[in-house]
Amino acid sequence: MSAPDDHSDTPQAGTATASTALRIAIPLGVLIVALGAWEMSVRLTSVPSYILPAPSVIGRTMVADWPLLWGSLQVTLETTLLGLALAVLGGVGLAVLFSLSRIVEYSLYPFAIVLQVTPVIAVAPLLLIYLPQNVAVLACAWIVAFFPVLSNTMLGLRSVDRSLLELFALYGPAPAPGIWGRFRLRARTLWILRAPAALPAFMAGLRIATGLSLIGAVVAEMAAGSAGAGSGLAYRIIESQYRLNIPRLFAALVLLAGVGVILFLAMAGLSHLALRHWHESERRPEP
Amino acid sequence: MALRHVGKTYANGVAALSDLSLTVVDNEFLSLLGPSGCGKSTALRILAGLIAPTAGNVVWTDDSSADHRGQIGFVFQDPTLMPWATVADNVWLPLRLRGVGRREARDRIGESLNLVGIGDFADAFPHELSGGMKMRASLARALVVRPRLLLMDEPFAALDELTRFRLNDDLLAVREKLGCTVVFVTHSVFESVYLSDRIAVMTARPGAIAAEVPIDPHGPRDVNFRTSAPYAQLCRDVSDRLASRNRAGEA
Repeated sequence: MSAPDDHSDTPQAGTATASTALRIAIPLGVLIVALGAWEMSVRLTSVPSYILPAPSVIGRTMVADWPLLWGSLQVTLETTLLGLALAVLGGVGLAVLFSLSRIVEYSLYPFAIVLQVTPVIAVAPLLLIYLPQNVAVLACAWIVAFFPVLSNTMLGLRSVDRSLLELFALYGPAPAPGIWGRFRLRARTLWILRAPAALPAFMAGLRIATGLSLIGAVVAEMAAGSAGAGSGLAYRIIESQYRLNIPRLFAALVLLAGVGVILFLAMAGLSHLALRHWHESERRPEP
Repeated sequence: MALRHVGKTYANGVAALSDLSLTVVDNEFLSLLGPSGCGKSTALRILAGLIAPTAGNVVWTDDSSADHRGQIGFVFQDPTLMPWATVADNVWLPLRLRGVGRREARDRIGESLNLVGIGDFADAFPHELSGGMKMRASLARALVVRPRLLLMDEPFAALDELTRFRLNDDLLAVREKLGCTVVFVTHSVFESVYLSDRIAVMTARPGAIAAEVPIDPHGPRDVNFRTSAPYAQLCRDVSDRLASRNRAGEA
């Protein structure tokens, strides 16, 4: 047969790194300018630090209170990650189960929706009554993170090219008769076709779930904190508010935001690793 | 194999085919030619066993006992490659579904890729290929099962003319080498006359065979044939039949 048709080259690497550097430098510059303006205005108007502390005061508090804050950070991070892990396990597990059996889907999916639409802050007090405190906090993180994983994975598992499914009918062995045979065919399609096709949607769900898991953990800590115990970052924030220790409140807030950003970047990195070879979302535009 | 009085009415009430009878002769290149929406693809899918007819039946004339699914290769209108898998892994799929391991399949995958001229792109991902090369990969996937019957559903309709001409020639060359029967669905008169040994012209709504036009199977198919007087005459002949039948259908 004759020579193949044209073939496009990979984009140049040089311009790509330059644009990446710019994308980091610009927001960093904005941040520095904003912090400078904040510091200046606080100093010039001499606002007391229990109303609005200057960035430098927040920085000093962060260093001075580090042992306390670090301990709280670990507690919150642990809850967030564990909640997320359980949400992925539950969400993916249930989505796979739903794709294998319609009956399971019909019987359980409505309850998953109920779990999603009920505001977690309203459920938290109840959970705190029935469950030990750390378990209740974990349950809250799980509840809010679970649904995006489930619904995105379900969507992904279903959005398979129909023609690709027909290839299975064409080339696969005829399915054995009965429920077991149908089940085996579905399991095989799931593994070869639906699972990789679902990966981009799952990754999108995972990113949302990561942020939500942190929110769930913080909300539950706040509910628990007001019930009298706790040691996560959210508890530190409430405690600082009661004591008018506003610099520490800010420090805890900064750490919380930092955790959120780091988790987001980690998930974006994971998504890139999983999809970079083939999915449009992870491909660089041609220069 | 043959379709006998086949009809297909979809669940939404659309009658795609009505009393369609068609015999596919061993080793011929048969084109199903018709306007879009005339049920060509439906007929092809029934031949492949992808959908069941609501009337009539499909008969295999050789030995009805064997499992014919294993002898069919199918090429869709779109390349329908799995975007997350390399070209080689895409071509592996039909064998994989039959339980052939990646290592055992390696030679056959390579052979199939070489046959369609993309042996060097085994490890490329589909998004790295041009439209014509994706279609070649799709063809390689159909050929890897060494089909006796190759079914093609407007495979080159989305390609530009130059690429289509080249793929037409390459398809004929591959068929020469493998000697399989081809049923080729198209809405292009020129393409069908260029490729076929026989053309079945279809009417629309519900689809049925309006006429069968034999094309001299021994004539060489090359650039000379494409510009020759007999070619032009045949195209005109087929066009006339297509037009008259579909005018009658509209009236």
